[in-house]
Amino acid sequence: MELFDLTIHQMRAGLAAKRFSSVEATRAMLERIQATEPAINAFITVTPEQALADAEAADRRIAAGDALPLTGIPLAVKDIFLTEGVRTTCGSRILAEFIPPYSATSWERLRSQGAVLLGKLNQDEFAMGSSNESSAYGTTRNPWDTNRIPGGSSGGSAAAIAARQATATLGTDTGGSIRQPASHCGCVGLKPTYGRVSRYGVIAYASSLDQVGPMTRDVADCALLLGAVAGLDPKDSTSVDIPVPDYGAALGNGVKGLKIGLPKEYFIHGLAPEVQSAMDAAIATYRSLGAEFVDISLPHTDYAVATYYLIATAEASSNLARYDGVRFGHRSSQADNLIDMMTQSRSEGFGAEVKRRIMIGTYALSSGYYDAYYVKAQKVRTLIMRDFTRAFELVDLILTPVAPTPAFAIGEKVNDPLQMYLSDIFTIPVNLAGTCAMSLPAGFSPDGLPIGLQLIGKPFGEASILSAAHAFEQSTEWHLRKAVI
Amino acid sequence: MITVADVKHVARLARLNLREDEIPLFTGQLSAILGYVDQLKELDTDGILPTSHAVPMENAFREDTISPSIGVDKALANAPHRVDTFFGVPKVIE
Repeated sequence: MELFDLTIHQMRAGLAAKRFSSVEATRAMLERIQATEPAINAFITVTPEQALADAEAADRRIAAGDALPLTGIPLAVKDIFLTEGVRTTCGSRILAEFIPPYSATSWERLRSQGAVLLGKLNQDEFAMGSSNESSAYGTTRNPWDTNRIPGGSSGGSAAAIAARQATATLGTDTGGSIRQPASHCGCVGLKPTYGRVSRYGVIAYASSLDQVGPMTRDVADCALLLGAVAGLDPKDSTSVDIPVPDYGAALGNGVKGLKIGLPKEYFIHGLAPEVQSAMDAAIATYRSLGAEFVDISLPHTDYAVATYYLIATAEASSNLARYDGVRFGHRSSQADNLIDMMTQSRSEGFGAEVKRRIMIGTYALSSGYYDAYYVKAQKVRTLIMRDFTRAFELVDLILTPVAPTPAFAIGEKVNDPLQMYLSDIFTIPVNLAGTCAMSLPAGFSPDGLPIGLQLIGKPFGEASILSAAHAFEQSTEWHLRKAVI
Repeated sequence: MITVADVKHVARLARLNLREDEIPLFTGQLSAILGYVDQLKELDTDGILPTSHAVPMENAFREDTISPSIGVDKALANAPHRVDTFFGVPKVIE
């Protein structure tokens, strides 16, 4: 076992026992990044000097005996999180030179514990994509098969874990952007309930859907990282004042008597046979552990993708209006009046997928179409939320696949945006409902590609998801398999 | 069905200049996407209230106290064009 293979809790134990220092662990990660980046491209920016300075500070803190759980642990965050003094691009050319004047609350909370920043992770531009192919900084490659996409939009956050370039990472999830790449790269990824984690300092895509979450090697790390970032933040008025439970304490409770729902709309013909058999095996594992399965229905599932692509694009068209070349970001030199300057700056700075979504959103909000598209989608959102509320009257958790297929090939869906959008069919409803869900490793395809299992919980039911995920992880070995690179 | 004129109109509203070769591409793609979302019309949503926010929440109030902000220099640090303590832009009124 190399230092770069360790989980947070394993590294914590090694640091506490003085088997190695944070500087040694950080060096091991930086060397690993250097060796694997040419094949993977998970990072947009690597910060070796800051990482080593952070690690030295952490070692002093450990020596002084005031280490916290994340002190000295080398982490990396998606390039959507503002990091004071460290370039933050959000995967876009328009922010190619943006140096944030302050940090995101979630990163600040990890940093205050003494976490080490290795760098900023690649992603789809403005988190708009399911494959990392819309990044202005090159596509991230899947460490399990470098001809395939890592998933998106937090593709770098997932690939960095699979390639053992970071001990754990943070991602964001608007329609599946944590869970789908976690599934495709074989790691654990949790999208917390809307309001559970502050979004202050996280570059906005679709504000009624965006949520921050941990991506890790195992469930114990996920519990630890969630506990570190969760909770009320006075700087984010959508963060909620509900006490943060001790997520670690939920692990080990088992699943005896737990009622798990299987929504018939998620087990459909389009499901790849290897995904279906991984789900069948997972259900058998849970049964053997004492869980009970209940057939349920989430009747409006088929309408979720359409609803999402109206609501998310409408919100994006409004959020991305701020990129006008005035206060920060790219300014075109090809214009001599204000409107042309704004128009040219945006046209030069945004990539095709961002332009496409801004235009769909602008259309859906435009005069004459607002009620037919935007308000209609908000009403269907109500129906989708109701589906979950009703289902959770019958069951404690819902089990589904994360994605209909394992990771697809680079280039396969790039010219057909609608097919790309449909690959998020099982993750999007959770964002619309605002509740929490996790992807955890549940098997491999015959050609060695990871397959994820989704556990959906009640709002603020992260502890039940973690507990059930931990029980599954303890009886399987999928999370221990390593990508060969 | 989205026409070339619709795409040009929406691009103008969104302050985007499309290249000539982007216009037919976006027209086709936007037509396909908006054709797909039209399936929502099948659903009867009479009497259903729209949801704008997933978690029921009242207005978030806080005490009206003065606290430090990031300051002029930090706020202007990323300005493409800084003039004294202002953001510089091309002349608005001739």
